[in-house]
Amino acid sequence: MNDVMGSGLRMLSRVVDSPLVERLGLEDRAQKLVYEGAKRAAETAARAAKRFSSKRRHDHPRLSKKFDLGLSEEQQLMRDTLRRFADDVMQPAAREADDRSAVPDALLETFGELGAIAMAVPEVLGGAAERVSAVSQMLIVEDLARGDMGLAYAALSPLSFVNALVHWGTEEQQASLLPSFLEGHASSATLAVVEPHPFFDPLAVRATAKKRGPDYVLNGEKSMVALADRAKWFLVGAEIPKVGPRFFLVERDAVGVEVLDEPAMGLRSASLGRLKLDKVRVAAEGLLGGEGALKAEGKAAYEDAVNRGRVAWGAMAIGTAQALLDYVIPYCNERLAFREPISHRQAVAFMVADIAIEIESMRMLVYRAAGRIDAGLRFQREAYLARTLCSEKAMEIGTNGVQLLGGAGFIKDHPVELWYRQLRAIGVMDGNLLL
Amino acid sequence: MIYLEVPRHLKPIVNQAHQVAKHIFRPISRKYDRAEHEYPKELDMLAALMDGLSAGGGQKGAGADALHREQSTDEGVRNGGNMSTCLGLTELCWGDVGLALSIPRQGLGNAAIAAVADAEQQKRFDGVWAAMAITEPGAGSDSANIRTTARLDGDEWVLNGEKIYVTAGSRADSVVVWATLDRNLGRAAIKSFVVPHGTPGMEVVRLDKKLGIRASDTASITLTDCRIPKENLLGTPDIDTKAGFGGVMQTFDNTRPIVAGMAVGVARAALEHTRKLLEEEGVEVRYRGPLFAKSAAEAELIRMEADWEAGRLLMLKAAWMADNGIPNSTEASMSKAKAARVGNQITLRCVELCGGLGYSEGELLEKWARDSKILDIFEGTQQIQLLIVARRLLGKRSSELR
Repeated sequence: MNDVMGSGLRMLSRVVDSPLVERLGLEDRAQKLVYEGAKRAAETAARAAKRFSSKRRHDHPRLSKKFDLGLSEEQQLMRDTLRRFADDVMQPAAREADDRSAVPDALLETFGELGAIAMAVPEVLGGAAERVSAVSQMLIVEDLARGDMGLAYAALSPLSFVNALVHWGTEEQQASLLPSFLEGHASSATLAVVEPHPFFDPLAVRATAKKRGPDYVLNGEKSMVALADRAKWFLVGAEIPKVGPRFFLVERDAVGVEVLDEPAMGLRSASLGRLKLDKVRVAAEGLLGGEGALKAEGKAAYEDAVNRGRVAWGAMAIGTAQALLDYVIPYCNERLAFREPISHRQAVAFMVADIAIEIESMRMLVYRAAGRIDAGLRFQREAYLARTLCSEKAMEIGTNGVQLLGGAGFIKDHPVELWYRQLRAIGVMDGNLLL
Repeated sequence: MIYLEVPRHLKPIVNQAHQVAKHIFRPISRKYDRAEHEYPKELDMLAALMDGLSAGGGQKGAGADALHREQSTDEGVRNGGNMSTCLGLTELCWGDVGLALSIPRQGLGNAAIAAVADAEQQKRFDGVWAAMAITEPGAGSDSANIRTTARLDGDEWVLNGEKIYVTAGSRADSVVVWATLDRNLGRAAIKSFVVPHGTPGMEVVRLDKKLGIRASDTASITLTDCRIPKENLLGTPDIDTKAGFGGVMQTFDNTRPIVAGMAVGVARAALEHTRKLLEEEGVEVRYRGPLFAKSAAEAELIRMEADWEAGRLLMLKAAWMADNGIPNSTEASMSKAKAARVGNQITLRCVELCGGLGYSEGELLEKWARDSKILDIFEGTQQIQLLIVARRLLGKRSSELR
């Protein structure tokens, strides 16, 4: 149990030591995080002690059964921190990263220091989370995407990999892989579900995993994989004949794995790549969830992952669209035409109002789906509807953002053309992330 | 804690309203659509039923009178009168929008009284059925431009002017009339007055024939030297030019989410019924697989459902804010803008999806498509909502962003 407490605290102390914290003026926040972390660790220890003496308590989340849009103090704290990170670190880095089609290493390291991964891993598995919350993660996605969707995609891919391990990994898989993430090697893993063809359906992937002796042999092609150039681990969605699609832990160094650059319309700063699998042998231990994954629970887990991915991409849409709205408002107020601000024209002002209304619409659907995850309710329908709305509205907001700036929106002096490209991704990406 | 489900404690109210909608409204829905201006006598029974329920300690709180603004408290999250009213009206309008607008003692004027009246007035007007009279022949969306005047003469206000489009204007017991104390002082001088029917000088001069909500009476009213007691001015008679519309406009923060709820209700009726009719044609809605690999009808049903959910959740958000004492003008307008426009689009699209069946009077789909239109107009048109949202976002005064 000391180990549990220790690793949580180690995580937090790393946050405080980070020069970034000082640079961003986040000392107060960091101190509060440490305080909360320490408090939690102490509480965990106390609980653990109790657990030894009495029967294990059932730790049901205590839900307010009322409609509520309020955030917990911890969520608000994380939110404030990440917003500063998004505005002060990510946004300024976004343009160059897009030009170079690569995520800066330093940015991933800094993100690692903020402790999001520790917050995604329960204390019993060595993380800092008292309770893993889909809502908290969704807020992280939204806030990072506010900084830049491509960089957010890069930062969130290892987190998604970790989530999959936490939710569905076997004890062995968790024990062998989680520690390296908790120690800060955050950029070494990613998800590979999306495939490069029309009508892609994550529940009907073309990649296959056929049992050959004790191993599985994987064949197929995965698209828009973030961090493809540096990931050591890929979580690959592949169809096991007569069983269905499941996740496999595939190592970069395995024979038959090939990674190609795959520059795209947007999300370029995530270091996108195409993953080719040609007769790649994966040992049975590489099937996420192990033997159990072959049964109904494996099917449920995979579908759960697909639905969680939809909520995550919905949150991406909200974050980037919000950044766009926050940018076009001052622009329309400052830009003069016919001797007055263009925002004095209803044709312009109504477009701005509509962007805001649809952002709020997306937010409601995405928040609801995430809220249902934390409440233990079914959320397939809600995730699907959120994806449907976000695909459409994200694109619309992207194109209207450029329209509001006119010619200025079309050139790279302003970030709206980048957001236009990023926001189109929402309708395309159905997989490769999960809460 | 983010949790966007309807709380369990409000489910009995929702269910009660649903039973009324299903067993009282639906069976007479077409009848009063055809017999415009005929009084739906079934509603008196409904009123008695509701009185009985509340006297017997049953569920209360779905009415317009529950709409007072909560003060923030430390008691944690509240899901109160605003939310229950929105949810109740959603269900009632799933049954019939026109009839929902004709329920005795649940008028928009009641919402105004709940929002603006002081404690004494709340008590005095308890149980009154009040309509709301704002629009005039020369002043619709620009309600600051109304010409109806109120002049104090001794202990009485003397009202003069003409009001149109007064929902439940002939059936209600009283009309809440907007009038100006001084046309030169603009919106700050606009106050609302409770005028009981039967007061000499107030006359219903005409009932409109309409596209939809025909079960609801829409009246034109004239006020000619109409004298009412001084105490019937709602709120304060002081003209505070800084506070602007203040009081009277506050009503809208509470009523707009309700109208959003009405749109959510009628749109759900259309969606549900269309889905049922299309199921008989082999169209099944599945929340899986790529949208574009589905039939156009299935994809359209899903798209509409997503938009509908957005309207519904925005309504709940605006009501939640009101219940918790959080200022919600922007969110109230957002909820009405989104819910009313998608409500209208959905009901119209459902007619198309069901073809001749949807268009004929044999089904209620064509009626819902007519009824829904008013919801994107009254309590502020779509365009007025966008103006309100845009001004708030862009930090513009009404003189700048006109």
